[in-house]
Amino acid sequence: MLSKPRRELGGFSSSSMADIAFLLLVFFLVTTTISMDKGINLVLPQPEDTEIAIPPQNITNILINQAGKILMNDKVVQVRDIAREADRAIKQRGFTPDGKQIMIFSVKPHAHTKYDIYIQVLDQLKVAGAQKISIANPDES
Amino acid sequence: MHISRKTRESAEVSTASMPDIIFMLLIFFMVTTVMREFEGLDVLVPKAKMIEKLESKRNTAYVWASNNGSVMVDDHLVNMKDLRFIISSKMQKRPKTTISLRADQNASMETITSIHTELRNAYALKLSYSAKTQE
Repeated sequence: MLSKPRRELGGFSSSSMADIAFLLLVFFLVTTTISMDKGINLVLPQPEDTEIAIPPQNITNILINQAGKILMNDKVVQVRDIAREADRAIKQRGFTPDGKQIMIFSVKPHAHTKYDIYIQVLDQLKVAGAQKISIANPDES
Repeated sequence: MHISRKTRESAEVSTASMPDIIFMLLIFFMVTTVMREFEGLDVLVPKAKMIEKLESKRNTAYVWASNNGSVMVDDHLVNMKDLRFIISSKMQKRPKTTISLRADQNASMETITSIHTELRNAYALKLSYSAKTQE
């Protein structure tokens, strides 16, 4: 009777697999950065956009000077009041009869305005639910 | 009299499925990890309330602007006039790119508006001003 040839153990030891997986796991745990990319989104206009005439009652002009003082429709306002004012402006004359928001907020900073103030103004407009925000380039001075 | 000892029940959790669990976690982290590519400039981003998350980290290009007016893209300090070409080549590779602008809160609007102009010329119109949550 022929004896079967003894089969050698072909598999590798899997006991260290858990350790290897652990090691990789720790590596990925350490390298993973939880996404902290948050911010205020804005869509810029096309470069060759021509200026469109907009009826003045649908524009709210916001000027920021270099000291961070804010002028909203020729009235000096505090940063924290912008949301309320903008909300009022949208409700009063910001809608077409079919309920589309047409109020445009034109933000015009001075060249030496601090970015922080500008972001706060944008933030306040977002709080008020403004959908159309336009950024005007500062005047050369 | 002979008192028989109670047979002790084994109270151990079976460790046979541990590799499977670890593998699952491992695969999760492997899939979600996006390696951080660049360190960028040292900036203090402003705080805001109405902040939104960016859609995807892979479709995001970062532009740093510090308070002294220097601009950095991908670990290289760039001139304002070169920014357009760098951004437009990025837009060609990934047309859906959103630009995340990490500007210092003390940066002047002069820098920011020049960046705006360059981004518009490069047709990178989706912009996100990086900000922190306000407490």
